[in-house]
Amino acid sequence: MSSQDELARVVRDHAGRLAASLVHLLGDFSAAEDLVQDAIEAALRRWPVEGVPDRPDAWLFTVARNRGLDVLRRQARYREKLAQLAWPTREEPDDRLRLLFTCCHPALPRQAQIALTLRTICGLTTAQIAAAFLVPESTVAQRITRAKRKITDAGIPYRIPSDAELPERLDEVLTVVYLLYNEGYLSSTGDGAWSRRLAEDAEWLASSLAWTLPREPEVIGLLALIRLHQARAAARFDTGGRIVLLPDQDRARWDHSAIAEAGQLVARAAALGRPGPYQLQAAIVACHAEAPRWEDTDWAQIVVLYDMLLALAPSPVTRLHRAIARRHLAGPRPAMRELDGLAEHLDRYPLFHATRAELLRALGEAERAREADRRALDLTANPAQRALLEDRINWT
Amino acid sequence: MKYVLMFAETARYAEGLAAMSDAERQAAYDEVGRWFGDNAARITHHVHLRPPHTATTMRKLDGHAEVTDGPFVEGKEIVSGFVEAEVADLDEALAMARSWPGCPVIEIRPADA
Repeated sequence: MSSQDELARVVRDHAGRLAASLVHLLGDFSAAEDLVQDAIEAALRRWPVEGVPDRPDAWLFTVARNRGLDVLRRQARYREKLAQLAWPTREEPDDRLRLLFTCCHPALPRQAQIALTLRTICGLTTAQIAAAFLVPESTVAQRITRAKRKITDAGIPYRIPSDAELPERLDEVLTVVYLLYNEGYLSSTGDGAWSRRLAEDAEWLASSLAWTLPREPEVIGLLALIRLHQARAAARFDTGGRIVLLPDQDRARWDHSAIAEAGQLVARAAALGRPGPYQLQAAIVACHAEAPRWEDTDWAQIVVLYDMLLALAPSPVTRLHRAIARRHLAGPRPAMRELDGLAEHLDRYPLFHATRAELLRALGEAERAREADRRALDLTANPAQRALLEDRINWT
Repeated sequence: MKYVLMFAETARYAEGLAAMSDAERQAAYDEVGRWFGDNAARITHHVHLRPPHTATTMRKLDGHAEVTDGPFVEGKEIVSGFVEAEVADLDEALAMARSWPGCPVIEIRPADA
């Protein structure tokens, strides 16, 4: 593990807790968040030179507090509170959760929710977020400034939503975590180190959510889904960085104990008796992960799970995945018929065209298959996906 | 915090209301009345506007005042009323808006006291 990774991990373990304590103390999200960000930037400058301190949390706290006493000169109220604060504060297990619900408030635009969550909870700097999403730093900075102004001025609260609000609000948080994971896992932007960081941050967020909300089955479902993907991540690329498709992956390289543990999470979520889209997706991925060989995949079970998923959350992308599973039960022709019905919805979706290409190839229509692969190639920026499609166009 | 809930009607909502029988319309009004009753402790002031055909807009440009017929936003959503409410935070204002049984679009904005 690189020292950069270790640094990121230490910052992440402490930044959110520090932010939560300071928001709690000052009652001002924006001011508290600025102090933590300053402390993180100081840590990233100094730790690589001076070494990570024995008590990184106390170090970050001291820097944030001194900075606060300095910049909040005119706000006597804040200065007094900061001056009295000793570290460590009494840990409030829900503090970080409160913070997460504020960052992912539905009154904020999605991109701002993502940027705020990464900055405030995971301790990324604005520059790091910009690098991970390949957008200019000024764009991220502006999103964050606007979002923080809205939190303060519109009266977005810093608390756990009431029971009545919780399902909807939790859904919003899970969407942000899932999008972060997808961005890391599928990475349309292409930098391997950043992708891994985002995927790890998403897993960490999901696991702290599952820790604080142990009776929310969709939280457990999302954690299981992420862990099932992470457990197989090493086999997804060959040594040259090229994608290896599921049938060709070396299953010995999968982390089978992590898969077994994630399978237990799926079962634990199911026992709570409230099925949901993340649980079903995790169950589908578990079917793949638990098959000893590609030929052993339980396609009938997978199609049943897709049917349940479609009943809860109809979507053309899910129908596409169901069609892919059906191919292995009923052959390429019925699957192709299902795809034809999806063309108008998924014309801009690369996997749709890549799947068409595979089915056309199975039906012996090589020229039309290459055409579909070329269409998929036009639609994806992901270097690994592009390499795979180029290979197919040239060699099959 | 003080918030203003701005209610807007859409053509579809107005048509739905027009298509109701008198009894149905009365039931819809009663529901709105109940909402006002349920939120009486929060609502400090409310205004219901007459329909958009009664609106007149004045635009001042270079010292010249131009008067035109109709509301200032020519859109599909027409502001039909305001409620001023005193609540703890945005979530409480959103909860009020969520339980609102009337027109389908609501803008929630904090207001200076």
